[in-house]
Amino acid sequence: MRRLKKIHCFYRFLKSNIFIFLLSGALLYPLTVQAQLTIDIIGGSGAALPVSVVPFGNEATYPLSVSTVIGNDLKRSGRFRLIDETGIVPRPYLPEEVNTSIFRARGADAVVIGNMRPMPNNTIEVRFALIDTVRQETLANMAFTVTSPQLRATAHRIADIVYEKLTGEPGVFSTRIAYITQQGKQYMLLVADADGDNPQTIVTSADPLISPRFSPDGTRIAYVSFESQKPVVYVQSLMNGSRKAIANFRGSNSAPAWSPDGTQLIVTLSREGGSQLFIMPADGSNAAQRLMTSPGAIDTEAAFMPDGQSILFTSDRGGSPQIYRFWIMDRRTERVTFEGSHNVSPRPLPDGKGMVFVRRDNGRFQIAAMDFQTRQTMALTQGPMDESPSVAPNGRYILYSSTSGGRSILSAVSVDGTIRQRIGALTEQVREPAWGPIL
Amino acid sequence: MLRFLKVGLMVLSGILVMGCASTTDHEGAPVEDRPIADNAGGASTSGASGDGVHGQNLGTDPLKDPANILSRRSVFFAFDSYVVEDEYRGLVEAHAQYLAANPTARMTLQGHTDERGTHEYNLALGQRRADAVKRLMVLLGAQDSQIETISFGKERPRNIESNEIAWAENRRVDVLYLGE
Repeated sequence: MRRLKKIHCFYRFLKSNIFIFLLSGALLYPLTVQAQLTIDIIGGSGAALPVSVVPFGNEATYPLSVSTVIGNDLKRSGRFRLIDETGIVPRPYLPEEVNTSIFRARGADAVVIGNMRPMPNNTIEVRFALIDTVRQETLANMAFTVTSPQLRATAHRIADIVYEKLTGEPGVFSTRIAYITQQGKQYMLLVADADGDNPQTIVTSADPLISPRFSPDGTRIAYVSFESQKPVVYVQSLMNGSRKAIANFRGSNSAPAWSPDGTQLIVTLSREGGSQLFIMPADGSNAAQRLMTSPGAIDTEAAFMPDGQSILFTSDRGGSPQIYRFWIMDRRTERVTFEGSHNVSPRPLPDGKGMVFVRRDNGRFQIAAMDFQTRQTMALTQGPMDESPSVAPNGRYILYSSTSGGRSILSAVSVDGTIRQRIGALTEQVREPAWGPIL
Repeated sequence: MLRFLKVGLMVLSGILVMGCASTTDHEGAPVEDRPIADNAGGASTSGASGDGVHGQNLGTDPLKDPANILSRRSVFFAFDSYVVEDEYRGLVEAHAQYLAANPTARMTLQGHTDERGTHEYNLALGQRRADAVKRLMVLLGAQDSQIETISFGKERPRNIESNEIAWAENRRVDVLYLGE
């Protein structure tokens, strides 16, 4: 823990130099041409926890380098720095083979080791262990029996365990993200692993697609499609691709928000005039009911608080767009943002103690974070056109999209503003990221 | 230095985009064409079928005749405004009268915004613009049931550039008759 605190102090020092990191990040921009997302740390990595990931025993005989995937996950999180292990002989594959003093001499506070071997029925046993070289302790020692196509997922699971053991927070390497791409007049909704790998197109349309939102159990995705020349809310199964127009009323249907139990959706409808919030069963089995009355005002962009008792939403009922909170049972509304004339797109943090949102500051749209108790807000990005924040299920990172020169890309920033990632996809416009749940 | 770097990156990304277009061309991904059979009650499919043309014996569709004000289909708005300005009054009035004279005609008013701001809030702003034009048309004789107002927010700009001229072209309400 003490080590981590020190690192935090160093991060603060780094923040003053963040521009330099952004600049060097630009140079890191990948030079390969590929449709897949690529993720680069562009700040904070210099102060990360030093970890050595040793190639797993027999790894080379399998189609995927598990240790490379683990190392990339840890490095890209911005919280770890990889310590080179080359030249350490013999290579340790089991916990008792680790000579902690050699790794400590190289500067590694922890070591990830493992071994792979064939098992019956074409399965593979992947063993792994995490050793704390300072306290000379085995923090994890596990075995997975998997098939070859599951090796990448196994590597992400191991990275999640390493992340959690060393930071005290759950890892999000096994989660998925969704995003929208546009190439000319072709719009696509894709779902990919959190590292951008394994992208799968789940909707293709000649008309815009916006507002993808994973269901809390990760099996469905809600989104808005304009394919019928008006905004309609769909819910699509990620298991079999089937979908249903869940809100297709007269007028506009938009901004779906899942209840934490996955049974309800709040949507913005214009069917009764203006833009108002309605609640309906997520399977479309019942009618949409108006959530509250605010004649003439815009109410939209609902997001459930994690406990499901209240929602955050955007409204201009006070004359400018601001964020409000509505308690569903006692029908009470409270204004949340007061600073500035334009605060929108609220997304609660998983612990319910704060939110991230988009604010306009001198014409620049920035991602900001607010602590509900202190009411303090902090800008996490500079703009000028940052939007669509989506919080990682561990509350640590925020994915968002930024536009400049007519091009939009995804970026990520840690919730304390210290770690920055640029998520590159060189072929097309990429926007509206949504982070899926931990499964 | 920074300027140089920026230009370099722009050029580079331009090359890469071009390089990639060719690698993805082969896909030719077909536009998804699933029937939207599961309409949850959208009024857009009800009402008059056909082209909404009634009693025209001159052989010219007034909605498409460039000399007719009814062929003008866009109302533009000032920044952050929903006020239908005087210069569009004649256009709005002509369409309102057309609807009044053709009770089976159906119209969609599509609200649009410029690119500044978030997707979902802009959708609500575009809706408000479309609603403003509808209110005026109803006031001028159209039936409420003849007009559906919807919004594209910032998703379908007429001009994709990022400057004042483009933004002014994009802050608009488009008038579409059923079947157009």
